[in-house]
Amino acid sequence: MSLSGKEREEFEKKLEAYVGIDIGVEDVARDEVNQAMIRHWCEAMGDRCGAYADVEAAARSVHGEIVAPPAMLQAWVLGGVAMAAGQADPRDKQKELHRFFDEHGYTGVVATNTEQEYKRYLRLGERISARTLIESISEQKATAIGIGYFINTRTVFQNQHGEEVGSMTFRVLKFEAAEQPAAAVDAAPDASAKPQRLKPGLGFDNKWWWDCLEKGELAIQKCSQCGVLRHPPRPMCHECQSTSWEYIFSSGQGTIYSYVVIRYPEVPGYTYPLVVAVIDLAEGTRFVGNVVDIDPDEVEVGMKVVASIELVDDEMKLPVFRPA
Amino acid sequence: MSSSSLQYQDVKVGDALPELPIDLTVSLIVAGAVASQDYTPVHHDKAAAQSAGMQDVFMNILTTNGLVSRFVTDWAGIDARVTNVSIKLGTPNLPGDTMTLGGSVCEKDDGSATVLVEVTGKNAWGNHVTGTVRVALPTGA
Ligand SMILES: [Zn+2]
Repeated sequence: MSLSGKEREEFEKKLEAYVGIDIGVEDVARDEVNQAMIRHWCEAMGDRCGAYADVEAAARSVHGEIVAPPAMLQAWVLGGVAMAAGQADPRDKQKELHRFFDEHGYTGVVATNTEQEYKRYLRLGERISARTLIESISEQKATAIGIGYFINTRTVFQNQHGEEVGSMTFRVLKFEAAEQPAAAVDAAPDASAKPQRLKPGLGFDNKWWWDCLEKGELAIQKCSQCGVLRHPPRPMCHECQSTSWEYIFSSGQGTIYSYVVIRYPEVPGYTYPLVVAVIDLAEGTRFVGNVVDIDPDEVEVGMKVVASIELVDDEMKLPVFRPA
Repeated sequence: MSSSSLQYQDVKVGDALPELPIDLTVSLIVAGAVASQDYTPVHHDKAAAQSAGMQDVFMNILTTNGLVSRFVTDWAGIDARVTNVSIKLGTPNLPGDTMTLGGSVCEKDDGSATVLVEVTGKNAWGNHVTGTVRVALPTGA
């Protein structure tokens, strides 16, 4: 359900009231900066820096004593289990804003950006508190995970003496989560599955070519009337318009006619930088394929290459080219 | 001063950091969420993650932040001080995958003796995280 034009206008008007306000509650750390929480953090992160755990190494370092990992800054003031269970202070305007989004169908929430500045590393025994301002709310955006609004907040952290120790801007997307029927969840791909290449659409005109590839042969379609070669497969000869055809097998030998190196954007399932070349096959037609196992800077027009038919993911075979 | 720490003058723009592959286990995702006091269910409860449209629990932003910082201080050493981290999240970090952190020095500021490191954390689906870390290095002076 999306808000209709009029509803959306009213909804967005009400959002304006939240922009620029302090959320009204101070987040105060329940614990002083302490060695136990630092140790748990370092174990989780696999961080073996001596400044966080080794009294002697820390004393010899620029820090002079045990300090907390800077990235823990926000962790000191998070509310733990109680916060996640929704037992928040009813005066909290940020929570109120999130509820307001929830009530209008924007129930999803995901953190997308954070910028943190650390004025100095925190020392054992400091008690951190944070004040947060709702800095801005974006216009409605269509994103990959759904339609929603970005909320930017700015938080300033201080210690028990009122000394500012760091600050943070945090951006979350409140979005209308796509409907996820139970069946779709069950059918959801294994999270550990690797991305696969996009499959070709197979039909009468091209399935034979993929079947040849499956058997390890790079086929080239040939006009039965005039003998001209063509690729990719199609029903009619571009020279004589004959629809009768046969095919030959390529030796896989070729020469690079032209190429590009793709660095961005990265499509899942490919390795980057990706060399995509137009190759003059020795038999006399052209073929578009990837050139692999070579530094992209060393690829040249005119370079001799040879094809090998290989699995490029768990299922799909393709000819890939290497320098001959 | 620890001799294993990088000195500001020894770092050049373009220097690459050693890659750091991180195995994304449920244990790491849950331990990271708990260590950061973030008990949002999607980071430890698979059913909650699935009803939010994900296949499994996924890493919270504080853990990503912690790993990115660790990646830089593993390289820079004990006498480095991280002053800024700015990260943007992309594809989620899900169990069973590997995130490989890579980066290089993109800027040096002589005045503050800080270097800016560009960091990318890739998993099988693309960039989980892109961003920068500014770190102050000792000058030996
Ligand atoms: Zn013909």
